[in-house]
Amino acid sequence: MATQHSRSAARLMMAPAVVLLLGWMLIPLSMTLFFSFKKYLPLRGDSMANGLEWVGFANYARFVGSSAFWPSVQATLVIVGGVLVITVVLGVLLALLLNQPMWGQGVVRILVIAPFFVMPTVSALVWKNMFMDPTNGLLAYLWKFFGAEPIAWLSQASLPSLIMIVSWQWLPFATLILLTAIQSLDGEQLEAAEMDGAPSIKRFWFIVLPHLSRAITIVILIQTIFLLAIFAEIFVTTGGAFGTKTLSYLIFQRVLESQNVGLGSAGGVYAIILANIVAIFLMRIVGKNLDA
Amino acid sequence: MARSVTQNRKIINTSAAWAVGLLIFFPILWTILTSFKTEAQAISDPPVFLAFDWTLENYGAVMERSNYARFLWNSIVIAGGSTILGIIIAVPAAWSMAFVPSKRTKDILLWMLSTKMLPAVGVLYPIYLLFIKLGLLDTKFGLTIVLMLINLPIIVWMLYTYFKEIPGEILEAARMDGASLKEEVLYVLTPMAIPGIASTLLLNVILAWNEAFWTLNLTAAKAAPLTAFIASYSSPEGLFYAKLSAASTMAIAPILILGWFSQKQLVSGLTFGAVK
Repeated sequence: MATQHSRSAARLMMAPAVVLLLGWMLIPLSMTLFFSFKKYLPLRGDSMANGLEWVGFANYARFVGSSAFWPSVQATLVIVGGVLVITVVLGVLLALLLNQPMWGQGVVRILVIAPFFVMPTVSALVWKNMFMDPTNGLLAYLWKFFGAEPIAWLSQASLPSLIMIVSWQWLPFATLILLTAIQSLDGEQLEAAEMDGAPSIKRFWFIVLPHLSRAITIVILIQTIFLLAIFAEIFVTTGGAFGTKTLSYLIFQRVLESQNVGLGSAGGVYAIILANIVAIFLMRIVGKNLDA
Repeated sequence: MARSVTQNRKIINTSAAWAVGLLIFFPILWTILTSFKTEAQAISDPPVFLAFDWTLENYGAVMERSNYARFLWNSIVIAGGSTILGIIIAVPAAWSMAFVPSKRTKDILLWMLSTKMLPAVGVLYPIYLLFIKLGLLDTKFGLTIVLMLINLPIIVWMLYTYFKEIPGEILEAARMDGASLKEEVLYVLTPMAIPGIASTLLLNVILAWNEAFWTLNLTAAKAAPLTAFIASYSSPEGLFYAKLSAASTMAIAPILILGWFSQKQLVSGLTFGAVK
């Protein structure tokens, strides 16, 4: 159908986007790869002009061998895992609730998704100061009201606090996607099950949940990619202290704060590999959808 | 009887949903309320909810003290500029993939998506270095380009899914009637694609407005947008809750309003069309 003419026109129209993204991907990526095999400490006089010393896989070994590495992997897993569990479980429950007939559904929906539109620096600072501050935070008042000792959230319970802040930001995303998925559920099937006397728990477990499985998978994959990279929330709350240094934050500190570019770049390559493992699964689902 | 049962259920659903909705919205509501308090009232024990002397002094103080207008302008230029630039580049690409698909179209789309998965921190130093070399550090132009590039895959994907829904027969009919490629795009396709382009625009302005990795790491005093302005409040200096709240309210208000219009597009946009 398409003529030769329109084919070459199409290629021309695609070119700018493809070339830009190719450059955006290949140039920094090859630089990171290059630096990761070099000793590169700009503050100690190393520079590209003088030539950088080739150190093989030493940076890779040092990054994994440093005392900060395993704690950072652990913090990353705890934060990502915690946020995923909270947002998916609460997201399913909230989506079920919002799908029920009620008054003012549109307004409730707006209230629920609002946190998603709050910029990360604002939500982190508002939570840090106005809610989690041990003397003036609202949670401290609440604790005192019930006669309990207020908690210094971000230092004593740093990881749960961060999980709470990030979950608040991402719960709307999970809810909205799961709600969209629930709305496509065939009502007749549920009604038939209800008539056959299946209790609501069973209806949920055998009909609703299987129907949602694809949407849940997508929520998990997309959120994982974004959660592996959370930055601003840590930057303005703890600055990586109190055991909240994630893998991304550790790399950021190596590269920009202590200016050990070689070491940080090796860490960056690890992070890229990790993100790609998650991405492959997501792409497979998205790709299948393209064929349909 | 059945009716009264459903009526009761509806009352229970409504109260449960409103309770949860208000709980989730509460931090935002509290921030907005606090922005109208004096600093003393903002930390009063017990906290005051509504019965305080409403004041606008914090808004005045924030605007005066920190050159708020410049941060706002930077946010507008960077978020708006990167989105418009991205759409100009993405429209032809999405058009050709939707209407002149080839064997490689799917691979190209998926590859574009994969660039979005690249962790920013992995390429932080190269970009930082290139920015220094090219004199782009702390410039609105540099940041606009970077944000355009990180959102380009989403823009192409969203436009592609919208264009896909336009029936190809209409285009064929236009071609039969002798419309040239240019006329076809300009007079047939564009009017039908406007709603899709508008939603893409909306979602990407929101994403760019809230982006807080590159905006924090590639700017200092000159080109810093609102994300960085708010982050500057992270070092506590005395009583500042009311001012922090006023600054935060101003930073999020425009996007909250835009966001409420973009609810529907959010799902298909952020899941790359996998959930509709």
